[in-house]
Amino acid sequence: MYFAIWTLWTRDIVRFYRQRSRVVGALGSPVVFWLLLGSGLGTSFRTGPEDLPLAGGYLEYFYPGTLALIVLFTAIFSTISVIEDRETGFLQGVLVAPVPRSAIVLGKILGGTTLALLQAMVFLLLAPLANIQLTLSVLPTIGLILTILAFALTGLGFSIAWAMDSTQGFHAIMNLLLIPMWILSGAVFPAAGAAGWIKVIMLINPMTYGIAALRTVIPSTTIATGSEPPLVFSVTVLLVFSAVVLVVGTILVRRTGRTK
Amino acid sequence: MSSSKLCPAVTVSALKYQYGEREALRGIDFEVGRGEIFGVLGPNGGGKTTLFKLLSTLLCPVDGEIRVFGEDLASNPDRVRRQLGVVFQSPALDIRLTVRENLQHQGHIYGLRGRELTSRIQGVLDLVHLTNRMNDLVGSLSGGLQRRTELAKVLLHDPALLILDEPSTGLDPGARRDIWSHLEAQRRLKGTTVLLTTHLMDEAARCDRVAILHEGRLVALGHPDALTSEIGEDAILIVTPDPENLGPRVRKRFGIDVEIRDDRLRITRCRAHEFVAELVEAFPGEIDTITFGRPTLEDVFLHHTGERLE
Repeated sequence: MYFAIWTLWTRDIVRFYRQRSRVVGALGSPVVFWLLLGSGLGTSFRTGPEDLPLAGGYLEYFYPGTLALIVLFTAIFSTISVIEDRETGFLQGVLVAPVPRSAIVLGKILGGTTLALLQAMVFLLLAPLANIQLTLSVLPTIGLILTILAFALTGLGFSIAWAMDSTQGFHAIMNLLLIPMWILSGAVFPAAGAAGWIKVIMLINPMTYGIAALRTVIPSTTIATGSEPPLVFSVTVLLVFSAVVLVVGTILVRRTGRTK
Repeated sequence: MSSSKLCPAVTVSALKYQYGEREALRGIDFEVGRGEIFGVLGPNGGGKTTLFKLLSTLLCPVDGEIRVFGEDLASNPDRVRRQLGVVFQSPALDIRLTVRENLQHQGHIYGLRGRELTSRIQGVLDLVHLTNRMNDLVGSLSGGLQRRTELAKVLLHDPALLILDEPSTGLDPGARRDIWSHLEAQRRLKGTTVLLTTHLMDEAARCDRVAILHEGRLVALGHPDALTSEIGEDAILIVTPDPENLGPRVRKRFGIDVEIRDDRLRITRCRAHEFVAELVEAFPGEIDTITFGRPTLEDVFLHHTGERLE
């Protein structure tokens, strides 16, 4: 079983690096968003130097959100292929092999998680551009949060992809659910000033806790808004969500072919 | 264990399957003996693909039963999977990986590794003559070579039962012959049982036994020669400039069934060699070419279903 997980995991990484365009898509687009939105919004909506959190510069505020967007894009790219792969590709062969269905899900999610983490790491190198001085001591914590967040989002992407019968369907869900999830996670604007119903959505959105956890640990005076829940709480929410999507994914794969 | 030695490779009993309201399989029964090459012949939409998906464990049988070497597929899918080698219509290969990488992943999935895996990879590559291409990306190979890679891949864990979905589809005649000689060699060397679906007559004719599937039911089952001689009649084909005109006249003159197909007249009849002479004498100058032959599986299909295969 561990061999199957491992082999599916490494397959995803090898094929990723043989498709350079995916590297550009998953890492490039969020970085461009960050630079353009961050620089543009940062100067346009500034009303006074005391206005937190924008006072520190929007580039800085937007930084954890961009990390999350890189993770989200990588998760989407690495799971959307599942739809065609299981009907006409490599995964057909895995499905008829004597492998526990949970190993198939886990191998796939770990592959996506690793890719997301690697790309996020590259973005961490750009931290100085946002006036963030990352020290070696905080990197393991950031890495851990990103890993759990990546696992949760890849698992979510996998479950959605498995439930879809076409990539078009996945694109619809991406626009209707995944991107809004990111927008309403505190990545783009803080919950503090938001309207009531928006605030409620932000509270029940699991991604909110990923962003909050990152804001808590990234060493900067202006990234944290001061209203984040404790780190332990955020990480626990992410872990629970990861477990849920792993179970849901496994149930979906097990049910394949059993519907009448 | 000794009793499982005796049971057939595949036993299908009272198997039904439906997608929503649409019945794909309406209750079929058959057995495949060990070491047999068994073909399921039928038109697209006849239930072949559903049967393939059920046998390959992609779909779960809910009505009826499938046993593979005595093991119930519905209750023990993983034990059945261990015995199976499945070749899909669109290759289950990762085109961004090399031939060898694909085989390595397959080996790992079946719990093979290390020296054992390396030597098995060498073995199957030799078998399908792909050793010199093992470092090529699968995406750069032709359809025929991809199918051979796929075959090498599924032979890696030495399956006792090979299941192939339309193995010749999309291949040129040379590549088809290739696949068949590999299948026959595998059966000869290892006693592997082969079950394949096809809509091609010549492919079905090479099987030890053929099951004809039509609208979710088995309409005929047996050795291709037995099936054709069961019909007993020879097929006569007449090429004529005006089939619409000649057809009814032949029908009237001899009181027999005449069918017009592809601008040719087609008559099935016993002792065709004698009848051919009578025909040519009865309509001098109107017949360009007349041929007759033993019935084919096409005729068997027509006989049992009243429809043409294509």
